[in-house]
Amino acid sequence: MSVTVNIPADMEVVYEYPRSMNKVYTHYCPGCPHGILHRLIAEVIDELGIQDRCIGVAPVGCSVLIYKYFNVDFVEAAHGRAPAMATGIKRTNPDKIVFTYQGDGDMAAIGTAEAIHAANRGERLTTVFVNNAIYGMTGGQMAPTTLPGMVTTSTPMGRDVRLAGYPVPMSEILAQTKGAVYITRQMALDLPSIVKTKKAIKRAFMAQMADLGYSSVEVLSTCNTNWNMSPWDSMVWAKEHMVPTFPLGDFKMTDEVRALKVR
Amino acid sequence: MAKELLKGNVAFAEAAVRNGLQAYFGYPITPQSEALEHLSKRMLELDRVFLQAESEVAAINMVYGAACTGVRVMTSTSGPGFSLMTEGLSYIAGSEVPVVVVNMMRGGPGLGNIQPAQADYALMVHTVGHGDFHAIVLAPANIQELIDMVGLAFDLAEKYRTVVYIAGDGSLGQMMESAELPPMKPLPTERPAWATIGAKDREPNAITSLFLGAEPLEAWNLHLQKKLAQIKENEVRWQEYQTEDADLLMVAYGTVGRICTSVMREARKQGLRVGLLRPQTLWPFPAARLNELAGQVRGILVSEMSAGQMLADVERAVAGKCPVAFHGRLGGVFPMVDELLAELKKLDQEVSK
Ligand SMILES: Cc1ncc(C[n+]2csc(CCOP(=O)(O)OP(=O)(O)O)c2C)c(N)n1
Repeated sequence: MSVTVNIPADMEVVYEYPRSMNKVYTHYCPGCPHGILHRLIAEVIDELGIQDRCIGVAPVGCSVLIYKYFNVDFVEAAHGRAPAMATGIKRTNPDKIVFTYQGDGDMAAIGTAEAIHAANRGERLTTVFVNNAIYGMTGGQMAPTTLPGMVTTSTPMGRDVRLAGYPVPMSEILAQTKGAVYITRQMALDLPSIVKTKKAIKRAFMAQMADLGYSSVEVLSTCNTNWNMSPWDSMVWAKEHMVPTFPLGDFKMTDEVRALKVR
Repeated sequence: MAKELLKGNVAFAEAAVRNGLQAYFGYPITPQSEALEHLSKRMLELDRVFLQAESEVAAINMVYGAACTGVRVMTSTSGPGFSLMTEGLSYIAGSEVPVVVVNMMRGGPGLGNIQPAQADYALMVHTVGHGDFHAIVLAPANIQELIDMVGLAFDLAEKYRTVVYIAGDGSLGQMMESAELPPMKPLPTERPAWATIGAKDREPNAITSLFLGAEPLEAWNLHLQKKLAQIKENEVRWQEYQTEDADLLMVAYGTVGRICTSVMREARKQGLRVGLLRPQTLWPFPAARLNELAGQVRGILVSEMSAGQMLADVERAVAGKCPVAFHGRLGGVFPMVDELLAELKKLDQEVSK
């Protein structure tokens, strides 16, 4: 069912469905932040006017079907290989804007090598890296970012760091590479943080458009389904437990990136 | 163009450049690295894309990304690197983008050695990574054929939107012989309609190998199988040597096929009426012609630098019509002319009993 609303000519449009998003239902669980993050990216693409020269690279993970929700060209990568695929696209099409959207397993376990080397080469790419501390798609196993003591379907007694090591501080690691120009960690757990996350995503895209180097926005997120919590409780839990392990902030921002006027 | 003295690896790399190669992504591995080295200079000279990746896993996924945008792209490697590429190749096959991969095979399993071998046959011919698919596999026997097959590989890859392998071996990559390179072709200026280069004045393109439902994935597979059937119908290539009057047949490809031409000449001098069938495509395999010849000859000798991987395809094609013998050398050892001659004589005696 669709409703047509006629807006009087003297009224200003202050809210619209992003043109870069398709008007379809997503497959995400109720309470999942993926939809919010998709929308932020779509708004940024609209505001920067790059919809017709933007190419997204989908990950393997819960957001594997992201290409169905965006009104932009997309390719589907193998698990963890999005940065390599994006490199192939961008190197052969330097005038296009290329972004990857990756989960923590994709980015910080199976695809660590591809992520670090893309950053280190200073690929003109933008990554939105969604850290929900778990393997959502495969049913809640331990992720590289699972917190110590956290119970998952593959750490039934809680993550034992002697057996399984420690949460991988991916943004801190990426910030060490010379090719990265903007590495930040945000959260999408309440309205103010969502607004800040959007600004960070916009800065990351603008860094690419200014041909400065690699940029990544890590976003602390939730998985209420596999965490066995209500959406509300998962937001509260993430703020209380994830933020101390994954401190928020900019781990790298070059002067050129800082000078970008992000509105 | 005049003939020049060329090393195999440099020859195929330069042939790719002249056939409009727009991007190359690779990772060093002997006995193939001279191709990467040559392209590291040539591609940049010509303002085209060259990148040394952090691994073959990354290289093939860079190739995949570039191929999705409709440019001519390739990579090259040898056994261990090819193993790593199989993941990406399966995705490439499943999403129908054209890609060319050269594998200069070396001795295995494991790290093996850097001597010439043909032991990746099964890996290259019988599947493309996981799932149900076949690449077109071209098997050159000398440097001129290697050069010529590069152009063919790109044309076939683009015609069928598929994966094309060139199956060489370390000796083909390393040796030098005189051959003629093609003239420089201009780069294509257009991109295909399916390319993901930004949804400008059109609906977005999505390139994926994901089909969540069972029926949709079966339908997609049937579509891929139909394409493979077309390839089987149209693209079988082989070369025959003195098969008209032959009553013994050798079957061998690549470098061993070349060795077998000497074996054949020697055998004929000694009174054996020997012919040779040398598959130039390992997939699709020249099975129908082989089956015909199996009805004509008394016996067949297969030789490979492996424990007998193509042998299974030969036996299937022959379907019991005549005896099939095998002589293989492993680990980077060539089958020598005198060895093969002895095997032919043995076969001759056995089938004369
Ligand atoms: C090579 C390979 N190994 C394993 C899988 C199975 N798999 C699919 S998604 C996934 C984990 C995804 O987790 P994450 O990247 O954190 O994303 P999320 O689902 O939580 O959004 C795994 C292990 C796969 N598809 N491919």
